[in-house]
Amino acid sequence: MELLIKNGSVFDPKNGIKGDKKDICIKDGKIVDRVGNSAKVIDASGMLVMPGGVDAHSHIAGAKVNVGRIMRPEDTRSGIKPRTKLTRPCTGYTVPNVYAMGYRYAQMGYTTVFEAAQAIMKARHTHEELEEIPIIDKGALTLFGSNWPTMDFVREKDMDKLAAYVAWGLLASRGFGIKCVNPGGGEMWGFGKNVTGLDDVVPNFDVTPRDIIVSLMKANEMLRLPHSVHLHCNNLGKPGNYKTTLASMELAKQVKPSKDRQVLHVTHITFNCWGGTNWGDFESKADEIANYINNNENITTDMGQLIFGSATTMTADGPVQYANAKLLHAKWANGDVELEDASGVVPIFYVKQISIHAIMWAMGLELALLTKDPYKVLLTTDHPNGGPFVNYPEVIALLMSNKKRQEEIKTLHEAVHKRTKIPGIDRELDFNDIAIMTRSGSAKVLGLLDTKGHLGVGADADVSIYDLKPDQIDPSVEHAKVKSAFQSAAYTIKGGEIVVKDGQITSTPMGRTFWVDASVPKEHTEAMMKDIKNKFKNYYSIGLANYMVQDAYVTHPRVVKAGVIPAEVR
Amino acid sequence: MTVITDALCPFCGCMCDDITVSVENNKITEVKHACKIGVAKIMGHHRIKAPMMRTDKKSEFKEVSYDEAIEAAAKILAGSKRPLMYGWASALCEVHKKGILLAEELGAIIDNTATVCHGPSTLAVHEKGLPSATLGQVKNRADVVVFWGSNPVHAHPRHMGRYSVFAKGFFNEKGRRGRKVIVVDVRKTETAAMADEYIQVEQGSDYLIISALRAILAGQAAVVPDAVGGVSKEQLVKLVDTLKAAKFGAIFFGMGLTQSMSRYKNIDNAISLTTELNSFTKYVITPMRGHYNVTGFGQVCAWETGFATAVDFARGAPYYNPGETAANDVLLRKETDAAMIIAGDAGAHFPADSVRHLARIPVVQIDPYWNPTTEVANVVIPVAICGVEVEGTAYRMDGVSMRYRKMVEPEHPTDIEILEKITERVKEIRGD
Repeated sequence: MELLIKNGSVFDPKNGIKGDKKDICIKDGKIVDRVGNSAKVIDASGMLVMPGGVDAHSHIAGAKVNVGRIMRPEDTRSGIKPRTKLTRPCTGYTVPNVYAMGYRYAQMGYTTVFEAAQAIMKARHTHEELEEIPIIDKGALTLFGSNWPTMDFVREKDMDKLAAYVAWGLLASRGFGIKCVNPGGGEMWGFGKNVTGLDDVVPNFDVTPRDIIVSLMKANEMLRLPHSVHLHCNNLGKPGNYKTTLASMELAKQVKPSKDRQVLHVTHITFNCWGGTNWGDFESKADEIANYINNNENITTDMGQLIFGSATTMTADGPVQYANAKLLHAKWANGDVELEDASGVVPIFYVKQISIHAIMWAMGLELALLTKDPYKVLLTTDHPNGGPFVNYPEVIALLMSNKKRQEEIKTLHEAVHKRTKIPGIDRELDFNDIAIMTRSGSAKVLGLLDTKGHLGVGADADVSIYDLKPDQIDPSVEHAKVKSAFQSAAYTIKGGEIVVKDGQITSTPMGRTFWVDASVPKEHTEAMMKDIKNKFKNYYSIGLANYMVQDAYVTHPRVVKAGVIPAEVR
Repeated sequence: MTVITDALCPFCGCMCDDITVSVENNKITEVKHACKIGVAKIMGHHRIKAPMMRTDKKSEFKEVSYDEAIEAAAKILAGSKRPLMYGWASALCEVHKKGILLAEELGAIIDNTATVCHGPSTLAVHEKGLPSATLGQVKNRADVVVFWGSNPVHAHPRHMGRYSVFAKGFFNEKGRRGRKVIVVDVRKTETAAMADEYIQVEQGSDYLIISALRAILAGQAAVVPDAVGGVSKEQLVKLVDTLKAAKFGAIFFGMGLTQSMSRYKNIDNAISLTTELNSFTKYVITPMRGHYNVTGFGQVCAWETGFATAVDFARGAPYYNPGETAANDVLLRKETDAAMIIAGDAGAHFPADSVRHLARIPVVQIDPYWNPTTEVANVVIPVAICGVEVEGTAYRMDGVSMRYRKMVEPEHPTDIEILEKITERVKEIRGD
């Protein structure tokens, strides 16, 4: 099938196109340079045309998401939509059902989304849900930061085995990259304890978070994985943690990237740029993080923007969730996974008149507005931790309009004036910046910029068209229009197929699942597997033969090849 | 002869995955490593040979073809104003997905066996969450293990060996000798006989006792009377000391807690106790789920509908209100006018009044075996045995999923095929 999108005002940052009038040609699911006369024409005259949205960090599938649904029927009851001839029923706001996940992303013009954390042992569950999320392409990052084999190989300084374990773990979980959450802390939470900084020694394993992060970054680059290490820093959720975040970022200097991307992605900065020493003197240090990023290469971040209202916090950071539950007197789910990691789920309601929440609201915005290069800061809400992804249009409007921010600030706790810089920041992002933070930037961070996040020839034909005329609108003033246009795409095209028209789902194709098949020398795998077999013989509660995710759970795979370059080729 | 190793057992929520099965001429000849019940499950027994039908429930069944039975089932369901689809615990997740799709199509109520088992646990999770962990965490770390209202010796025979009591782990090389085992129950069960400490409680007093433990834990022992629910205060204080002294404690609870007086409030209280123990040391709590994949239905139903069970599709969108939308609610109100019972046995486990209503309405049964539900059925469709003759996914009691292998080729169609055909016919009948 051929498709021609005519006369749109195109924003395609990777190809240097900033609002030029341009036709986009699509054939067989790809962007091509021309199509025949019989191509179906979409008249996008003057409308905003962008590559399909790419989300590099969102919790859309797997054990903890489903725990969120099961423990929060009150959330499921919001956002209910009956089935139609075309669509399955939709439920939920912070923890939508699988169908709502796919439809709602597509309705906003998003076509690719990555689940940010899965334990290998529970990856089968992640894929069961991913298989049922309609329309969008997806993938999942795999947790490695507290895994016993990781810590053993780090302690033994055996990088070959570590790289072999990462490659095998990605295969076992059909994962896309290395996620590292509160490294070492997941193991310590097994006995209700935690690490307090980069240099705490993890008992019984004799490694520090610093060792784990650096070794995983090195393994990542040995394996030339598309994405970098994706780090949720230690001490998250504690006042003063910005120092740990900066110290973790500093570690990136020890490792050279193997590809044209960062070596470390430090995620959801809203939760780890905290100044102060307690809840009383709590303040934003997002400016210091932005300052560091502006002066250093090889590090990227995302906002983890807070959205006022209901949210569900869910993370592999088990101890922070226990602390949250205690602090908020909220219901608490914990989900430790043997030999691998911890996790927890706690509901929260962000309130404008609570000082902490008002300050946190400012943090994500400060980070985005004070970081000069939008390629270094992705637009996320760490869905559903900062708030549900359906609020991305609100975040876009806030970033594009100082007027909107000032109006919002008037409704917030006064602490936002004293303990954040947001009131004085007048920068307003433009459509090109937004296209980077939601498209080309996220694709680049993920290492998928060859086929995702741009509209050049050869890219996947994922396109979003919004009912906005970039040359006629002033987003600074007309921010409400901007928000409403991004909430409901005029068209979303996924793999060359029109999946959304005027904000309504028009077809529900099955998306694909990205995973990384990384090769390592056979002898490294064999040496590593000796240790793994021992772990299964003695410590896992299931057999090795029943551990790895089978092909049946990834029916539409998109395999990205990576791996160690053998010495003879090097 | 073929030997299948690392096979999974389709009996209880332990989902033992170390079974060795020998197969000769498409017949299972030997099962190793499984418990007695597991062996019996895998070996199988008298199957329903062919589909059967009858109009009058007092008359004998007549064997019919699959096409006839499917046609009759589709007509019953498509003609129903308030259909109930119940069971699912002995079926794989792939079956659940088809079932939920049919429930959507019909505007039916779909509910699973948890309703007469751990359904109250789900209600408690809505209130308090669930601080839990995979069973391997218990195996590697636990030094105090509590079984409350559960008797694994009978209901989960290999639980203690593989995960909780005798299992050796990284931080517990001694296995049984490295653990303190506490059993709380109304009677001295075989599990209680093996415990280091047995707390005998009076029937229906679990809530009181948990409350007393919480008070003592909070430093309020003064408010606790000399005896609570038949247990002396001294024993309760000692128990709290034991619980607090753990490095890693695990509480497992069964139907003695979920289906006795106070029901979900017992679990709510037990989860609070677990959460509060975490102020002192590490504690996790896990329901001892019965059927091997009763957990799986809750998982699939949650990700597809947002709710774990008792979902009413009458409005086109999922609606959930146990007390109103659970299987026994609609049966006891005589609201249901037709039922499909699949991979679960309402006839054996539902209250008498519910079964009486089932006896009055058209019932479709999909199951490999003749059971008390068959006695109230009009249409009986025999199927292949999930997990033995059909491969697919199930979730262990701790939420770890694994894939069952096909051990032998089935002689009957699968639940999936039957549900697909019924759905197709229902659509045609309704003119979609």
